[in-house]
Amino acid sequence: MVAQRLGLGLLVLLAVSLIIFLGVELLPGDLAQAILGQAATPETLAAFRKELRLDLPMHIRYLEWLFNILQGDFGRSLANGREISELIGVRLGNTLFLALFSAVIAVPLSLTLGILAAMYRNSWYDRAVNIVTLSSISFPEFFIAYILIFVFSINLGWLPSLSNVSPETPFWQRIFLLLLPALTLTLVVVAHMMRMTRAAIINLLASPYIEMANLKGMSRARVILHHALPNAWAPIVNVVVINLAYLIVGVVIVEVVFVYPGLGQLIVDSVQKRDIPVVQACSIIFAATYIVLNLTADILSIVTNPRLLHPR
Amino acid sequence: MSDLNNLKHLLAQGKITRREFMAQATALGATAALSSTVLSSPSFAAAPKKGGHFTIGISHGSTTDSLDPATTSHTGTQLINHAVYNYLTEVNDSGEIIGELATSWEASPDAKVWNMKLQQGITFHNGKSLGAEDIIASFNHHRDEKSKSAAKPLVAPITEIKADGKDGIKFTLSGGNADFPFLMSDYHLAILPSKDGKIDPTGGIGSGAYSLEKFDPGVSTKFKRNPNYWKSGRGHFDSAEIVVISDVAARTNALTTGATLGMDRCDLKTVHLLKRNKNLEVNKKTGTQHYTLPMNFKVAPFDNADVRLALKYAIDRETLVKTILRGYGAVGNDHPIGASQMYFAKDLEQRVYDPDKARFHLKKAGMDSLEVTLSAADSAFAGAVDAAVLYKEHAAKAAINITVNRVPSDGYWSNVWMKHPWVMSYWGGRPTEDWMFSIAYASGAEWNESFWENDRFNKLLLEARAELDTNKRREMYGEMQRIARDDGAFVIPMFASYVTALSKKVGHGKIASNWDMDGLRCMERWWLV
Repeated sequence: MVAQRLGLGLLVLLAVSLIIFLGVELLPGDLAQAILGQAATPETLAAFRKELRLDLPMHIRYLEWLFNILQGDFGRSLANGREISELIGVRLGNTLFLALFSAVIAVPLSLTLGILAAMYRNSWYDRAVNIVTLSSISFPEFFIAYILIFVFSINLGWLPSLSNVSPETPFWQRIFLLLLPALTLTLVVVAHMMRMTRAAIINLLASPYIEMANLKGMSRARVILHHALPNAWAPIVNVVVINLAYLIVGVVIVEVVFVYPGLGQLIVDSVQKRDIPVVQACSIIFAATYIVLNLTADILSIVTNPRLLHPR
Repeated sequence: MSDLNNLKHLLAQGKITRREFMAQATALGATAALSSTVLSSPSFAAAPKKGGHFTIGISHGSTTDSLDPATTSHTGTQLINHAVYNYLTEVNDSGEIIGELATSWEASPDAKVWNMKLQQGITFHNGKSLGAEDIIASFNHHRDEKSKSAAKPLVAPITEIKADGKDGIKFTLSGGNADFPFLMSDYHLAILPSKDGKIDPTGGIGSGAYSLEKFDPGVSTKFKRNPNYWKSGRGHFDSAEIVVISDVAARTNALTTGATLGMDRCDLKTVHLLKRNKNLEVNKKTGTQHYTLPMNFKVAPFDNADVRLALKYAIDRETLVKTILRGYGAVGNDHPIGASQMYFAKDLEQRVYDPDKARFHLKKAGMDSLEVTLSAADSAFAGAVDAAVLYKEHAAKAAINITVNRVPSDGYWSNVWMKHPWVMSYWGGRPTEDWMFSIAYASGAEWNESFWENDRFNKLLLEARAELDTNKRREMYGEMQRIARDDGAFVIPMFASYVTALSKKVGHGKIASNWDMDGLRCMERWWLV
């Protein structure tokens, strides 16, 4: 079954690459015009296009690209001639590092908050957590980022406002530089996961077997952790995974505010300049992220559910 | 006055003492009061010091940037060019042309043949010593038929480049050009080392004050001081870094928290708050950068000179400078020459907002009212859409109804500019009158954004270009500014200042106004105090 899903995933990747290619082609202008801008002349544009093979018909360029990528060659950036694998490598590492760092803070935090909120439903604690997390998700990310910078960088002077890491940056230095962006992303994703955890557990609390557990005189913590939570994993895992995917593909604003060299900035620049091979490579990575993470979510929900694990 | 500037330069470089400076300045006729103000300004009080690390936050820069000087297009890459490479000539802090890799030059009487003498004993970062072949290869990179260089139109008139003796180089032009040495300072025309008659355009090797250590497009560029730099009193930092910070709030935060020591393009809405910070200085330089509203001269109603005049009288320039530029700029007089330029026509009357005159010209054109569409996007300049809306309000009083057509910023230069009949545009400006007029106002120029043609103007342009007599040129350029102002198919409402902020830890001399960031040479010229 996993093999079938993977096969479908590859098909999706192919479709994504075709759609993105056509999409960028449909955008007005091309790389030569975007780079030369106001300084373009018909003659230099023609020379530029010839050098980059942009004068070829688009189906030939797409097939060439596809042929190369099947051999694992992402090609070179049209704009500066650098190897895309090299261009993306460092940035993908940066993006994954930030996503992982934020997830390490956000996932345990939101699960804990959610479970506690379910345990103490309708208490002052429950309301306070809901208000705080829902407010933080309601503000735009850049606003949260600016507030954090204002407090922690400008007023207190504890944390840097620039997260300009390079491959040589040592691990702990990197953690320090990334505290503010990770905190921003945490504030953005916590509400969704927390609310889902709370809702999934509360949903189960009305079931007869929980009532039975309560009647047996179990403590509230035991009822929730041992009886409700195992059955609530499936929806929780799905929401966690969606948020993980968001942490990887949707953080361009946070990257801009903290000047963090991740993939988001790369794809925005490349779309603006119509650098198709780079756009393609980035979108393939983003699409693959969604496919792999969704597959993981499905596998995890099956693993946590014995009925699905041993189908009749 | 230029002698006094030379003296100031020598003093700043420590080549003469203060006493010598005072004596010679007095001999030049500068009053004691003037010479002592020169001495007491902070930059001259403290002589440049070597050492330290300089980081600057720059608004422009993208992952698609390339080191190739042929495609240099914004401050980010322009700064890299001026740190790593040298040029044949340099525009100094007073806007005058001085030699860089060329020590001296002379022109034939018709200004068609230029002989330049090259600096001797200069080595590139890779150890190669500078020779005429490097100049030839560097220029051929832009002149080549297959070249994609943005400087191609600039070097097109060069018909031949030849080595001339051991240390000379000879340029032959298809037409006379008295400003040729100025053109040689263009930011694309960097001199790179050649190998077998070719340069490696993206190798990042030059002869400049800094060698390139790491180029990470759209993120940062790191430099190390060139220990063998040939200019004395230049290139003071041990190392430097340009960080691309496109978000203006992030750029400001980086400067105020000390992560960077300088930034370009301050947010004009909040710059008054930045000025309150005691550790920073905010600099404003009004040079040649201006905003234009070119109309298509070939289509109605813009083919009518009175309609064009009506539109020029119907814009309130003072208000635009006050609101769009927040005072960081100057009003324009419908011609592209800035007040700091050599042949700026001082006695040309400034055009002001006058709805009655606009109506008068409209009537002369046989109209009671006028309907026009103005296409605008903020990629023309920051605030272009707001400026268009303000213009609409101003023009309404003169029975001119402007429809503001808001277009996408993305692809603006390829789809809207020079395609729609009336648009918004900007020019960073060029250091000479001829250069500015030739690229954007001459008949048949690739970037003649208004398609404007005026026989008298085009005739004067050719005559003035080959004229070596300063007084005659002043007269001709004066007349050309008047023609552009009264007949041109463009409204030029304002000149925008470059507004930069610097930490007080950075020392500098007089800041040049020909380009942003001290003529793009901040890394070469500035130091840490």
